Amino acid sequence: MSGWDKFVETFFNAKVMWKYLPDILSGMVVTIELALLIIVTGLGAGLALALLRSLAIRPLNWLIIFIVDLFRSLPPLVIIVLMYFGLPYAGPAPSGFVSTWLSLAFVLMAFSEEIFWAGITSIPKGQWEASRSTGLSFGQTLFNVVLPQAFRLTIPPLTNRTISITKGTALGTVVAVTEILGQASSAMSNSYNPSPLMMGAAAYVVLFLPVVVAARWIEAKFAWKR
Amino acid sequence: MTSHIVDARAIHKHFGTLHVLKGVDLKVNERELVFVIGPSGSGKSTLLRCLNRLEEPSSGSIVVDGIDMLDPKTDINHARRRIGMVFQSFNLYPHMTALGNVTLALRKVAGKGRAEAEALGRAALERVGLAERADHTPGQLSGGQQQRVAIARSIALEPRVMLFDEPTSALDPELVGSVLEVMRGLRESGMTMIVVSHEMGFARNAADRVVFMDDGLIVEQGPPAAIFETPSHERTRAFIGQIQRH
Ligand SMILES: Nc1ncnc2c1ncn2[C@@H]1O[C@H](COP(=O)(O)OP(=O)(O)OP(=O)(O)O)[C@@H](O)[C@H]1O
Ligand SMILES: [Mg+2]
Repeated sequence: MSGWDKFVETFFNAKVMWKYLPDILSGMVVTIELALLIIVTGLGAGLALALLRSLAIRPLNWLIIFIVDLFRSLPPLVIIVLMYFGLPYAGPAPSGFVSTWLSLAFVLMAFSEEIFWAGITSIPKGQWEASRSTGLSFGQTLFNVVLPQAFRLTIPPLTNRTISITKGTALGTVVAVTEILGQASSAMSNSYNPSPLMMGAAAYVVLFLPVVVAARWIEAKFAWKR
Repeated sequence: MTSHIVDARAIHKHFGTLHVLKGVDLKVNERELVFVIGPSGSGKSTLLRCLNRLEEPSSGSIVVDGIDMLDPKTDINHARRRIGMVFQSFNLYPHMTALGNVTLALRKVAGKGRAEAEALGRAALERVGLAERADHTPGQLSGGQQQRVAIARSIALEPRVMLFDEPTSALDPELVGSVLEVMRGLRESGMTMIVVSHEMGFARNAADRVVFMDDGLIVEQGPPAAIFETPSHERTRAFIGQIQRH
């Protein structure tokens, strides 16, 4: 057997791949479910916190900043493990899926709050003043004048963060979530062959490459001349 | 009760320890064009911004068109609709077209439907000579055009008073004329205007009254000819002399 054949036999073993394809596919479904839940709840909560922060209520802002800084400094894996193994002592025992979802949603919330907030504060004061001087309220100005501009500024950093945190769904393997990496590594140990891992890698590319490309497109589309 | 459309009395404004307005009284008649001049830092912008409460005066009273601007019970958003403001830096919304800029408050504040707001918005753009630029974004317009859109954004709401804070200072010299022309047209239509500006030529032939401010106070005021040719205060004389040398 040539070196090349050996390489293919090891990493791209057709028989192994075929056998474990259904597992990888079901892992993809779990990853997609997790990712969508994390993105929707994480970004939603991040935006909500940024809006609360714009009300400039001192004690509330201290609390927001504390929560945000806490979740930005803890490694996501630590949060997942704490929630999965620690929370049962305090109350409900979340499943691995729920632990992973909530942990990464909190992390995304924290990072996206900072990004949304930076976007909101980067809008010049003159925009607020022009809008308020025509009679728009604080809220109307925020939603019609400030946020639409802030969103465009936040799209690139937000996309990067969202992608990197969503890839953290792979950490779910630690708490027995059957997402892509979990399926791939158990298939690998069952088959004594790394081919499932290559399929797993391919699955991530299939999932995330379109998102990265779409982000590029959105970025270009929403750019406007000052 | 007052017959003045703007009646500001004993306005004081502190920024921390900085005493910026030190008891300013300003009464403006309907259809009057009042020109405010004075050295940098004398409080001209702060005074204008107090009139529509973009800045909260520390004390004093302000009545505009019969509305007590400083009464906590006053619906400030409703009151501001009747006081147009034009800024040195235009402050157009960059994510909207010219028409979008003009119609936003018509829809959100004046409660007009889309079609009516657009008709009124186009009429306002027509008045500033930019009807054919309705669909351009601010980035596609010259500075002079942007400032005229900003004026249209204000006049579309049919304000009772217009405040201008150095409307031409950020413009290239060749673009100043078009904005002044629009302001002259407004004046001829009977708009009450308070204008902070260094355009002395415009003051001479369009202003009813020139107000000279220095160090947070109105030092003297009168018809343009009197202020420019025969100022009675030394500080006014010094300031006029300085400007005319430029
Ligand atoms: N928000 C603020 N906070 C602190 N100080 C301020 C603020 N706004 C204005 N000032 C100060 O108040 C003083 C008056 O400012 P203002 O802008 O009213 O002057 P001006 O007459 O408009 O000057 P210019 O001709 O330069 O525009 C200045 O000393 C300025 O630094
Ligand atoms: Mg000023």
